[in-house]
Amino acid sequence: MSDALGSLTSFGADADDCLRMVDLTKIYGDTVAVQSVNLSIKRGEIFALLGSSGCGKSTLLRMLAGFETVTSGQIFLEGEDITQLPPYKRPINMMFQSYALFPHMTVEANVAFGLKQEGVVQPEIHERVFEALELVQMSPYARRKPHQLSGGQQQRVALARSLVKRPKLLLLDEPMSALDKQIRRNTQIELVRIIEQLGVTCFMVTHDQEEAMTMANRLGVMTEGQIKQVGTPQDVYAFPNSRFVAGFIGSTNLFSGTITIDESDHIVIESDALTRPLFVSHGVSEPLGMEISVSLRPERLQVLRHQPDGDFNWAHGMVSHMAWMGSYALYQIRLDSGKTVEASVPSLLLTQAEPPGIDDEVYVSWHHEAVTVLTS
Amino acid sequence: MIGSFFSRLKQSGFWVIAPPYAWLVLFLLVPFLLVLKISVADLNFGIPPYTSLVDLSDNVLTFTVHLRGYALLFSDSLYLMTYLSSIKMAAITTVCCILIGYPMAYYIARTEGSLRHLLLLAVILPFWTSLLLRVYAWVGILRNDGLLNNFLIWMGLIDTPLEIYRTDLAVYIGLVYAYLPFFILPLYANLVKLDARLLDAAYDLGASPVRAFLAVTLPLSLPGVVAGAMLVFIPTVGEYVIPEMLGGADTLMMGRVMWSEFFTNADWPMASAVTVIMVLILLVPLVVLQMNQKRSFLSETKGGQ
Repeated sequence: MSDALGSLTSFGADADDCLRMVDLTKIYGDTVAVQSVNLSIKRGEIFALLGSSGCGKSTLLRMLAGFETVTSGQIFLEGEDITQLPPYKRPINMMFQSYALFPHMTVEANVAFGLKQEGVVQPEIHERVFEALELVQMSPYARRKPHQLSGGQQQRVALARSLVKRPKLLLLDEPMSALDKQIRRNTQIELVRIIEQLGVTCFMVTHDQEEAMTMANRLGVMTEGQIKQVGTPQDVYAFPNSRFVAGFIGSTNLFSGTITIDESDHIVIESDALTRPLFVSHGVSEPLGMEISVSLRPERLQVLRHQPDGDFNWAHGMVSHMAWMGSYALYQIRLDSGKTVEASVPSLLLTQAEPPGIDDEVYVSWHHEAVTVLTS
Repeated sequence: MIGSFFSRLKQSGFWVIAPPYAWLVLFLLVPFLLVLKISVADLNFGIPPYTSLVDLSDNVLTFTVHLRGYALLFSDSLYLMTYLSSIKMAAITTVCCILIGYPMAYYIARTEGSLRHLLLLAVILPFWTSLLLRVYAWVGILRNDGLLNNFLIWMGLIDTPLEIYRTDLAVYIGLVYAYLPFFILPLYANLVKLDARLLDAAYDLGASPVRAFLAVTLPLSLPGVVAGAMLVFIPTVGEYVIPEMLGGADTLMMGRVMWSEFFTNADWPMASAVTVIMVLILLVPLVVLQMNQKRSFLSETKGGQ
C-alpha cells in the first residue's frame, strides 16, 4: 500500500488531472460494456456519470475501483498507472450502492476497518474514526450495529468509512438510490458540502439526472458503453449535442427538418411537424438541404390563445392533456401535423389569465434562442 | 376472553405449526419420558423386564424410584471412560469435518451456474444408498486384504498390510465420511447468501483476499459452521453402526454400550440411564449455545447506547 502511494510521480497530460482514463474498454464475451472511454477528472471535482441501467457506467466504476479487469486501455490516478493494481492497493475508496456495511461490526469498527488494514496505530485509528463520524454527525451511534440504523444513517456511516482513509478518489455508486425521495434532496446537498469541505475528488455514477445535476460540477452522459457528452450540468442541459442527450437530460420536444436557408448568422429549418419554419439565430456547419434534428425544451414553449406575430417559430394545435404539477402545469398539445409536444407553463402565468383547457385551440411559440440544433 | 385467545392462536399461525409440534411431542418427548421412567426402575424378570414406577396394592400407592443404573454409571469407571471417549471421538470427527468441509462448502458456494448444482448433487448423492451399505463398502476398502491395502502393496509402497480396519482410525474415517454432508449443506446455505459486495467493500478498504476472508467471510459464516458442527457432533456421540462395524473391541462409544445393555444384558433400566445421561450431556451445550445466541441477539436489537 505505502509503496504504491510513495511512488506517485507526476507524468501525464495535465497536472490538474486527478483521474485519467485512456481508451478504457471492457468486453464480456461478445458484448462491449465499455467502449474506448477517454475522460479526465480534475482534482477536487465532483463528476457524475449519468446513464440508464446497462449503459456500462457501473462496469466503468468497478474498473476504477479494481473489481473488474480492464480489457484494454489504461487508468491513471495522479499520473500513476493503476490499471493493473488490485483493489486493495488502490488509494481509491467507494461508497457502495447498498452501502455494504459489515453487518457483524459496530459503526466504529466499520469505519476503522480500512485504517486497520493500513496498519495505522490504535490511538490514531480512534482519533480518525471519530473525526470521520463527527463529520457525518454519526459519532453518537459509534457502538451501534448497521441494522440498528436508518437508511440515511447507514449512508452516513458508509460515507465516513469511505472518507476515513483520505482517498485520492472517492467513488459513489448510485449514492441516493436506497433513500426515500423526501430526504434525497437534503442528503445530496449535505453530501456535496462534506465532499467539498474535504476537497476530495469524487466520481459518481447515477441514473438519476436530478441527482447528477444537483451534485456534480461536471457530468457525462453514457449510453451503450460510450460517453456521448461531457460538460457542466447547465451546458449539457442547454446545449445537448445529440438526440440521445437531449432526450435523456430533462424532457424535450424533438423535431427533424431540413435546412432551407443557410446563412452565416442564421438558418431556417422546415419541419413537417410544425406550422411555421424554425428560425435559428446562428449558423451551423451542416449544408443546405441537410436533414437535422432540433430540440425545444418544454419550459421554453409559450402556450397562447391567439396567433403569434411573425412568420417563424410557432405552431397551431389543440390541448390534448393537461396536468397540474404544483409549480407548473404540463400541457400536451397535439399539433395539426399529428405530433404531440409538451409545454410546461409556470403556475403563476396560469392564475393571471384564463388558462387554456383540454380541447381548446392554442398556438405554441418560442424564442429563436430556445431552438437547439442537434448535430447527431 | 377465550375467543380472543383463539383468535390470537389463529394469528400466530398456530394451526400451521401444530402438526410438527404434535409430531415432536408424540415421537420425541413421549419416548424420552418413557426412557426416563425406565431409567429409574429396577431390573425385573418378566415382561416388561423392569419394575413399574407406580404400584397400587393393598390400598397403598407406592412410587418406587430406583437409582441403581445411575449409581452404577458413576461408580463404574468404564461408563465414564465411554462417555469421555464418545465425546472425544465426536469432537475429533467434528473438527475433521470442519477442516475438510469448509473449503468444500466455500468452493461450491463460489461456483457459478450448473457446475454448482453438480457439485451439490455430488455431496447429496451418498444419501441415495443406505448408510449400512456404504459402511460395508468401507469395510471392503479398509480390511487387511481390502482394496486400499492391496493397492498400496501393488504399488510397492508397503510390504505388510496397514492395520486400519477394526481400529479407531477406521471409525474416524467412517464417521467423517458419513457426516461430512451434514456439515457442508448448512454451511453452504450460509455461504451462498453472503453478499459479495461485502467482500468488495473489504478489498476496497485495503484488505487482501486472505484478510477479507478472516475479517468478513469467516465471522459471517460462523452460524453455518456452528449449525453444521452440531449436526455432526450430536449424532456422532451416540453413533452405533459405524463404531460397531469399523471399530475394534476397544473402541468405546456410547451407542455400543447402550446396545449391549439393551440387547446383550437385557438390562433396560441401565441402558435407559446411560441414554438419559447422554441426552443431558448433549443438551447442556445446546442450551448454552441457544442462550448465547439469544443474548447476542438481544444486545444487538437493544443497541450499545
